[in-house]
Amino acid sequence: MRLVLIGVIILCVVGAFGYTGGWLTPDRLTPGRFIDGFEQVNGPHPGFRRNHAKGVCASGSFEGNGQGVRLSKAVVFEPGRVPVIARFALAGGQPYMPDTNANVRSMAVLFALPNGEEWRTGMNNIPVFAVNTPEGFYEQLEASHDSGKMKAFLDRHPESVRAMEEIGRRAVSSGFENSTYNSLNAFHFVNAAGASTAVRWSMTPVERFEAATTARGEKNFLFDALIARARKQPLQWHLIVTLGQPGDPTNDATIAWPEGREQVDAGTLTIERVESEDEGRCRDVNFDPLILPSGISPSDDPLLSARSAAYSQSFTRRAGEKKEPSAVQ
Amino acid sequence: MKRAQFTVLSRVLHWVMAAMVLTMLFIGVGMVASLADYHRLVSIHRPLGISILILIVVRYVNRRLHPPPDFLDTMSPLERRAASASELLLYALLFLLPLVGWAMLSAARYPIVMFGAFHLPPILPQNAGLYALLRRVHTLLAYLLFATFIAHFSAILFHTLVLRDGILDRMALWRVGR
Repeated sequence: MRLVLIGVIILCVVGAFGYTGGWLTPDRLTPGRFIDGFEQVNGPHPGFRRNHAKGVCASGSFEGNGQGVRLSKAVVFEPGRVPVIARFALAGGQPYMPDTNANVRSMAVLFALPNGEEWRTGMNNIPVFAVNTPEGFYEQLEASHDSGKMKAFLDRHPESVRAMEEIGRRAVSSGFENSTYNSLNAFHFVNAAGASTAVRWSMTPVERFEAATTARGEKNFLFDALIARARKQPLQWHLIVTLGQPGDPTNDATIAWPEGREQVDAGTLTIERVESEDEGRCRDVNFDPLILPSGISPSDDPLLSARSAAYSQSFTRRAGEKKEPSAVQ
Repeated sequence: MKRAQFTVLSRVLHWVMAAMVLTMLFIGVGMVASLADYHRLVSIHRPLGISILILIVVRYVNRRLHPPPDFLDTMSPLERRAASASELLLYALLFLLPLVGWAMLSAARYPIVMFGAFHLPPILPQNAGLYALLRRVHTLLAYLLFATFIAHFSAILFHTLVLRDGILDRMALWRVGR
């Protein structure tokens, strides 16, 4: 009798452990299932990121101008220069797909702060994100190659219909070098006095905007142009911080904040080198958007923790895989 | 029947670490399966793991300075050997698991954030392949730790509920008279 009791107690502890680990709930949306989804949609591409797979490495520096200090105590906003590792990429899990202007472009940046802290951020050239929950993202992923599923997805997610219309209306520039990249998710800046401000940020190019042409280029025309441009002269972006006001949603990446919100230019990003992932230092960096310095903290946007978890899963898988040469050399 | 207890420091360390390690095992297995709570759990996992690393060193020194009370008469020679071996294994795992965690984050070039701006230095150079290996080792060691905990817990339950030899008194936080 007592032996049975012991058995029951042990079973409960092991069961609770297994339940916490998701072993008893195979339908739970875990980081592993999320990345499985990317692999199913895109096919296996060992060694590459499961999303934003096609990209190039870049490096340079960021020079803070001190104007961000009143918003955030993060060292990066103090006047001075910090080195950065960056990556330009196209959204999607296909590392060898041809470049198109319709494809979402991304810029990821790692700021290496002098006190050893890091700030990593991944930004896209779209005004809003197409989904506002991890579940929505997964449904959209599953529906991406199935028009019937896509219709059902859009019926269930009016916020995505609105966001996709807004994304479709955006003015697409001619290249990576004159694109504006947006954080999409909201964060909080916390200053030395402890005051917190809801923010979103953008990298806005110093290069003049030029509309993309409809002509189809070479397979890597966007990346090749970026590399050629950076060889001629350094490329620059301003880090523009948009300040949210009370009532501006911080938990919904499908909704843009109203026009006219106060903006602060916190400094200038200078990209001096753009090179193949095979030579650059960005390939083995996980641009987890929740690697933040003290002075920047996550908002209540549910996509943030999910991005962090999924990026980590993708990174762990590719870290252990044999590397194939990148498309852009 | 002997009623000798572990020293007060040993008992306090045992129960504080028991709570920390159990919490850690559940956070660990839970965070890798979680999207919504991943970040919050990882933010606890790192400093809690380093705390365990510090405490296990303290505990090891304490263990060398203060040998445990004699085994109970209810334990056979074989069981005594098993108890000693599992104790050694627990010490080894509680030292290695956080150390491997720290090493794997170093190899992945993740900043090893404790709290606020305070972070630990990397203990390995960046190496993605090494990270992938250490990440797997971390999981395997964690399952081994959970299995060892279950074995230890089962043995104590057996002694307490079936043999009723008062084995828990040795580790009770309160004083149990000789």
